[in-house]
Amino acid sequence: MFARLVYESFRRQRRPKLLAGVAITLGVGVATAMIAVATDIGDKISRELRTYGANILVTPQDDTLDLQIGGVDLKPPSDGAYLDEADLPKIKGMFWRNNIVGFAPMLTVPVSLVGGDVTLLGTYFSRRLTFGKQDFTTGVRNTHPWWKVQGAWPNDESTEILLGERLAGKLGQSAGDQVEIAGHSHRVTGILSTGGAEDDQIVAPLTVAQRILGKPGVVRRVYVSAVTKPEDAFARRDPKTLSGAMYDRWYCSPYAQSIAFQLQEAIPHSHAEQIRQVAQNEGTVLSRIKGLMFLLTIAALLASALAVSAAMATTIFERRTEVGLMKALGAGITTVAALFLAESSLLALGGGILGFVGGSLLARMVGRSIFGSTIAIEPVLFPVILGIAMVVTFAGSALAIRRAVRFDPVYALRGDA
Amino acid sequence: MLRRGRAASALVAMVVAAAVTTAMLNLSVDVQAKLRKEFRNYGANIVVVAKDAQSLPADALEKVRSVLGGHGLAVPFAYVVARTSTGQPVVVSGTDFDEVQKLNRWWSVSSWPHATHDALVGTRAVAAVAPQGQPFDLSFRERTIHLNSAGTLRTGAAEDSRVYISLSNFQTWTDIKPSTIEISATGSSSDIAAMVQKVAEAVPSAEVRPVRQIMEGEALVLGKTRATVTTAAALIIATAALCLLSTLLGWVFDRRRDFAIMKALGASGRLIGGFVAAEAAALGAVGAVIGFAIGIAIAALIGRINFHAPVVPRFDMLPIVLAGGVVVALISSVIPIFLLQRVEPAMILKGE
Repeated sequence: MFARLVYESFRRQRRPKLLAGVAITLGVGVATAMIAVATDIGDKISRELRTYGANILVTPQDDTLDLQIGGVDLKPPSDGAYLDEADLPKIKGMFWRNNIVGFAPMLTVPVSLVGGDVTLLGTYFSRRLTFGKQDFTTGVRNTHPWWKVQGAWPNDESTEILLGERLAGKLGQSAGDQVEIAGHSHRVTGILSTGGAEDDQIVAPLTVAQRILGKPGVVRRVYVSAVTKPEDAFARRDPKTLSGAMYDRWYCSPYAQSIAFQLQEAIPHSHAEQIRQVAQNEGTVLSRIKGLMFLLTIAALLASALAVSAAMATTIFERRTEVGLMKALGAGITTVAALFLAESSLLALGGGILGFVGGSLLARMVGRSIFGSTIAIEPVLFPVILGIAMVVTFAGSALAIRRAVRFDPVYALRGDA
Repeated sequence: MLRRGRAASALVAMVVAAAVTTAMLNLSVDVQAKLRKEFRNYGANIVVVAKDAQSLPADALEKVRSVLGGHGLAVPFAYVVARTSTGQPVVVSGTDFDEVQKLNRWWSVSSWPHATHDALVGTRAVAAVAPQGQPFDLSFRERTIHLNSAGTLRTGAAEDSRVYISLSNFQTWTDIKPSTIEISATGSSSDIAAMVQKVAEAVPSAEVRPVRQIMEGEALVLGKTRATVTTAAALIIATAALCLLSTLLGWVFDRRRDFAIMKALGASGRLIGGFVAAEAAALGAVGAVIGFAIGIAIAALIGRINFHAPVVPRFDMLPIVLAGGVVVALISSVIPIFLLQRVEPAMILKGE
């Protein structure tokens, strides 16, 4: 009998049910989308922050003191220690290899051109490397995304070069020309613009610099760009003072310090350190944005809850004459309340499922259009959202049902609203 | 009494919707300005360098500071390669320590120098220059300077290999003027581009460049954050409007008997429609104004919690919120009235 009442209610009063259902669907959809975006925003913004470039620098352990002014290396190339280029692919063997967005080795050597002495910087542009069974590409195109080339990037296996734009202007050269360096002719494939010291330099594949220096297989330093977790008090602890479980926890958290530590393990005789200008500020920016999204999500949830409650309250209150009639016919308050609550539950269930699907699609759309990647929807979110939808619908209906039930049946029978 | 209750809940819904809309609009407009302040922690976004490794003119810093007009920091740096007492070359830089502390917040300094002959020594330079933290000598072109190692500096970059001393001390020792001015200018990308132009005009003998790494990173992350916040704000405002709409619809629909009586007594459809519209507009206006005030308060609260800085209340949004409130109220009253017009008053009075 009860079930039939519920069924008839849905069959005969389709329009108000539809309106309530739409309200629930929209409210749940917005809540789902907001929660999905807010939980994933940290990861998304972390990846976008990699536009600032390398946050870890690897140098030889026994290196002599750097002499650098304005990005220009004044140390004679024979001075100081080197890292072995062959050790670099081992970076992909570390525990945190999936957090390494890219790395670029650098080696500078002075060369003399017609106009005078110029620095030549050797590096990877987009070099293909293999480690074990893995193939990957890495280079300045990952670690220095603000470097722009007018023309084409050189092939890493060739002797093609780039000229910094200020240097090109001074020499009067442009893309397509040939430049003679240390007895060999090199083709200029493009003009490089960085806004820094490289605009006065020649940038070439690493092998070219090694050949000119006369030291094959060496690099001076390696810039690494890694996705890190913001630093906290635990991150700053010295791993040598940690033991057992604490050490594991430190090692297995992607702090800039622990990734640097693991880089030192992977590359022999190296010293790795976070580049504070990039690494430190990531944490503050990230926490501000995450905090903001959290507050916005709370606001969205409240707004959705209010919308659902308002819609339920309106639809139920509209039917108080019906309630009066039922009471006059002998239905107890509990039966009436149970009937309405059953209807609300079904609406909440249906609206909740639809809303979740819609919200997930919305979150996916937002992720794709803003970040160009999918926003992961945790499956555990589904029962949570459904539960919240039921609770909110109940709460919204309960108040309205309570008021409706108090309504004197006499007014209902008289037709007085 | 019932009717007053319903009108009250309609007003409450209006106030809530207006408050939420105001808070969201305020936030999404202000979040950019707030985040930009955080991005200034990355340091200089404009660099002024003397051409051909010379020094900048003596009045360059003054001119730059007057062009900036308080919208940023300008810090001078002078560099030489000096030698330690053992003959090892080391880069020494003269700068304004108070300003550097504000510009480069990521510098990890054990203690900042205060006395004239105090030096800030980079962690890598310590071993070469003052391994036991003792006072040390540096010489440049036959002139020697005696320095105390007041503190160590760690940045993970080139600064770790340098010794920093105060600019006045540096100039007395070497007679060399600053060659670089690092500027941290506040404002949007277009403001910064304009600032680059102005500084270039003020110091024509120097090269003025924006620091692309900083500018491009900021533009990208800020753009995506703004897009996300705007989307979130739009969703929230839509939900609030939905809540408002359903409440107002219920309110008007609830009073259909009153309108039916009015029609039966001879009021024209237009009169009733006008009456309802006026009521809705009044409700919309009052609710919007109250809601606006509450919304500003909420936005200020969020600003305090998250950004530890007051969110600027934007009173120029009041017309928008007011208009929006009145429009939504009118729409939600017009629809049921339109539907009710179709029905005979008798049907409504009968109770159907």
